Amino acid sequence: MSKMDTALREFLLLEEQAEEEKFINRVHPLSKLLVTVLYILLVVSFDKYDLAGLLGMVLYPLVLFIVFDISFVKCVRRTAVILPLLLFVGIWNPFFDRTPLLLWGTISISGGTLSFLTLLIKGIFTILAGYLLIATASIGKICAALRMLHVPQVMVTTVLFIYRYIAVLLREADCMTKAYALRAPKQKGVHCKVWGSLAGRLLLRSMDRAGEVYESMCLRGFDGSRRGACFAGVNAGKFAGRDFLWLFFFGSGIALLRIYPIFEMAGRFVIK
Amino acid sequence: MHMADALVAPAVAGTMYLCSAAAAGYSIKKVKLENDSKKIPVMGVMGAFVFAAQMINFTIPGTGSSGHLCGGMLLSAILGPFAGFLAMIGVLVIQCLLFADGGILALGCNIWNMAFYGCFVGALLIWKNMMKGGISRKKIWAASVLGCVVTLQMGAFSVTFETLLSGVTQLPFGAFLSFMQPIHLAIGLVEGLITAAVLLFVYEARPELLWGTKEEEQKKARLSFGKTLAALVVATVLTGGALSLAASSFPDGLEWSVEKLTGSTEPEAADGIFDTAASIQEHTALLPDYGFKNEDSPAGTSFSGIVGGLAVVALCVGCCYLFKFFRRKVIHE
Repeated sequence: MSKMDTALREFLLLEEQAEEEKFINRVHPLSKLLVTVLYILLVVSFDKYDLAGLLGMVLYPLVLFIVFDISFVKCVRRTAVILPLLLFVGIWNPFFDRTPLLLWGTISISGGTLSFLTLLIKGIFTILAGYLLIATASIGKICAALRMLHVPQVMVTTVLFIYRYIAVLLREADCMTKAYALRAPKQKGVHCKVWGSLAGRLLLRSMDRAGEVYESMCLRGFDGSRRGACFAGVNAGKFAGRDFLWLFFFGSGIALLRIYPIFEMAGRFVIK
Repeated sequence: MHMADALVAPAVAGTMYLCSAAAAGYSIKKVKLENDSKKIPVMGVMGAFVFAAQMINFTIPGTGSSGHLCGGMLLSAILGPFAGFLAMIGVLVIQCLLFADGGILALGCNIWNMAFYGCFVGALLIWKNMMKGGISRKKIWAASVLGCVVTLQMGAFSVTFETLLSGVTQLPFGAFLSFMQPIHLAIGLVEGLITAAVLLFVYEARPELLWGTKEEEQKKARLSFGKTLAALVVATVLTGGALSLAASSFPDGLEWSVEKLTGSTEPEAADGIFDTAASIQEHTALLPDYGFKNEDSPAGTSFSGIVGGLAVVALCVGCCYLFKFFRRKVIHE
């Protein structure tokens, strides 16, 4: 399966997931967005050696994954995207920070190893939180939430247009590269002689398509800046009591997990 | 070069969000001044094009590996720096949300490292100045390659700087730089060549699509070389020096709130439940023969946390499944 096929599949899958009829999908996207940002902010604010405190933050994604039957397996693949840079940055920590911070019998764990583990776990938790947001709210709804936070209309409309046309242009690019691959068997990628013409043709087609999109929008009354979001079908609905409850419950829960190291407190009952 | 959330500290992320928001605000103002209602759909479709084109593998001759085109430079060469910057932000937002390529908190950093340098430095400092006096094939080659190399070097430097400021790596600054810069020099060269090939094709087919080639467009872009350079220096000093130092010397938001409530940045344990818990713990300690170099260190608390964590996770998972069980029962009834 080509890179484009995979991206398209993932794209459609997420869209389907976000449209499912579940309680979590009906919660207002602004509420979910704020909780997600708070969660990520608090996860990255942990000290680089504070593994115990950080591990407590797993409870938020864990509860949501289990209670709302969100596929964890689909999410795991996403962590592969961030791992290379995280590994590159963190792998040196055990070599440069050899101060033993933890002793268990004869095994000594250095500060560098702990900070490396903390970095990886922070990366995984933040990915999980991002996935929970996008798997339960479509980009359109997130954009509507951003509008409620007064993110400029131009910005939101641009994101929505990009989102609408990604699938179309991915299919077009996929067709072009497949047609090229059929004419150039046993060749990996696009040869340098046709770099310009292959992508250039896609670019020109895209520009033509942009012209058509603009003309059709004008025919439906598009007048520039103000009503761009209406054309992209943005509607997040009203912020109801359920959404306040979600924000309060998960917001305060995450904050408590950040303040009180729940795992450590529980651990003290078991070991000394 | 997409940074994950784990690589940035909240203070660095916040500072970079502010810098990127300022650049985005200025770009929005400039795009609105153009008063071209066609611009937004074109920005959207071009953003989607960059996304799709970055999925195409361009074979690098003699290496067996492949590269992709440089989005920021290409968008700026077609849409201009301001609209290009906004379209690039859109691409980064979609990449971050849909494909986890870059974090939500690190979005400000990613916008700065990839979109700002690519569009403002690449287009305003390099492309625009090189296209003065008329466009030609050689100039497109030179501007694309130079633009991609310079902007990628600046982006790689920023990634190194932001990661080190966040304190997540023990790697010395020099060593980190010597890893990042040469890799991105090679990537920049390849991306520059691919971008140049695409722009040359556009130049041959429809030259009117390229930005900055007409006299009135050059006059419209009011930022001069000197002004842009001065703005860059000020932004760098602000980002790297004053703001980050100020941010690190004050308590973070959570500490500040706790300090306001309790008078100290660390919450103190009250008696009652904590004392009771301590006495229970004395009697229930199961693994007494392990020790920490420093009991009060965060690492010292880490191990007991891991063991306790397993218990809490088990309890939490159990509760979740119980909740689901009863919910299903209620639905069936």
